[in-house]
Amino acid sequence: MKVENKATRESYGEALLELGKVNKDVVVLDADLAGATKTDIFAKEFSNRFFDMGIAEANMMSTAAGFATCGKIPYASTFAVFAAGRAYDQIRNSICYPNLNVKICATHCGVTVGEDGATHQMIEDLALMRTLPNMTVISTSDDIQTKWAVREISKIKGPVYLRLARMKTPVVYENDTIFEVGKAMQIGDGTDATIFATGVTVAEAIKAKEILSQQGILVRVIDMHTIKPLDKDIIIKCAKDTKKLISIEDHNIIGGLGSAISEVLTTECPTKLIRMGINDTFGKSGKAEELMKYFKITAEDIVKVILNS
Amino acid sequence: MENDEIIFLQEKAKEIRRGIIEQVYKAQSGHPGGSLSVADILTVLYFKEMNIDEKRPKWEERDRLVLSKGHCSPALYSCLANKGYFEKEELQTFRKIESKLQGHPDMNKVPGVDMTSGSLGQGLSVANGMAISAKLDDKNYRVYCILGDGEIEEGQIWEAAMASNKYKLDNLCVIVDNNNLQIDGTIEEVMSSYPIDEKFRSFGFQVINIDGHDIDEIIKAFDVAKNVKEKPTCIIAKTTKGKGISFMQNQVGWHGKAPNEEQYKKAMEELGDEIYESRK
Repeated sequence: MKVENKATRESYGEALLELGKVNKDVVVLDADLAGATKTDIFAKEFSNRFFDMGIAEANMMSTAAGFATCGKIPYASTFAVFAAGRAYDQIRNSICYPNLNVKICATHCGVTVGEDGATHQMIEDLALMRTLPNMTVISTSDDIQTKWAVREISKIKGPVYLRLARMKTPVVYENDTIFEVGKAMQIGDGTDATIFATGVTVAEAIKAKEILSQQGILVRVIDMHTIKPLDKDIIIKCAKDTKKLISIEDHNIIGGLGSAISEVLTTECPTKLIRMGINDTFGKSGKAEELMKYFKITAEDIVKVILNS
Repeated sequence: MENDEIIFLQEKAKEIRRGIIEQVYKAQSGHPGGSLSVADILTVLYFKEMNIDEKRPKWEERDRLVLSKGHCSPALYSCLANKGYFEKEELQTFRKIESKLQGHPDMNKVPGVDMTSGSLGQGLSVANGMAISAKLDDKNYRVYCILGDGEIEEGQIWEAAMASNKYKLDNLCVIVDNNNLQIDGTIEEVMSSYPIDEKFRSFGFQVINIDGHDIDEIIKAFDVAKNVKEKPTCIIAKTTKGKGISFMQNQVGWHGKAPNEEQYKKAMEELGDEIYESRK
């Protein structure tokens, strides 16, 4: 793992600029948060294809739908709580039901938003977005993967929810890593446990893997960058090949990654899964790193759970 | 000549209304009241105003229409069927499982439907997206968006109205079907959206007030709208809910109710008689 730290929202902004250069159909919408979602990088270069819709997220989502009906590929950005939460009905009825080609790129997911506190910490978005028919849900873990995702989702014909973070996290992957939508990344092949992670918890899972290996416990990390369609095969394989299954996410343990994995396990190969995440409670103000400790979603917490289960 | 055209459109509007009654009666479900109030406006749009081609429903240069008050789908379906987008017989399948004519319009099922709608308040935003796209691509198509007077109680309409103004969408024409009734009562009783004209004017729209059942006034309003520059137009069409059927007119109970056999026959008779009268 490289030492460089970077927030996936920054990678998003940079990748969007590159995409805008090669794909003239791409238009970008924001809701008065361009500096925070990093769409301002695109806006500076392509002001004619950038639309600041003001503090009106519902309107932004339906406008993006209108663009899509005319062949544009709109990337609509705001904080996750205002995208998946406030504009849920617009995403459902104006985007997903008509299967329109809108990319909802939501930054500031989870409690790692930090000091803004509970109102701005979206821990239900994976649950809301993955239950929508036609929706693809992606939750990236580092700079390299995010840049791939921003490019790749422009090729998907239909709605996509891309979940991005505010907190800086380590760059996990090499530049030339090959990713595929719906195919999870496996890091290590230990059989003592599998740690399923997504987004900011992937780096924590990798740290936990390293700590455990020093104690002779060999685990594997599965980076579930695609929440929907979920990589069922890898879940079943890990359930069969490893002794323990753990999931960890910066999201409510209800409805998110752990729930999605459980759904596969119950139907395909009933296996115990320990779900780590936010335990059905709202977030708090604080530094992102402090909050990860408070809500017990750090590498150390994973190590404890694996040792004690 | 002009007179002939108006008579043609008046007769066409009756045909559209018969299609509405057919659908709602056959389905024993649907929304006749608001469909009948918007019927004349939609007739003028589909049979005179819009630059469309029923043989090429996805033609890129076509004018677009967003029926934001999507529950009035029977009026839209009747226009599309009469225009030739699909067979008129299909109107008999309205609201049936295998039908393309779902309760609310589905752009992926019905040729000629430019946007899926049903959840009120979203259509003007969608129309804005279409109108901005036209400007980005240097295309000349116009975008029409039909709102209900109850629907504009939704806050998103006003978010969208700000955006129509910001982007100077002179290729956008909004029509408010002001029939003064919503499900729970009159607009004033439930949540007054009045004065509608002053609201849209203050949001930067060119506002035109018309009688939404006067074909001549509707045509003239669209002509005015086409020549407005640098700002969007909003036509406030004063209408009567249930227009054309004596016992449905101005009756809030006919918002979402189907006629029984006797009422159906009477309704069709009234529409047929009127056609006979105008032909004499």
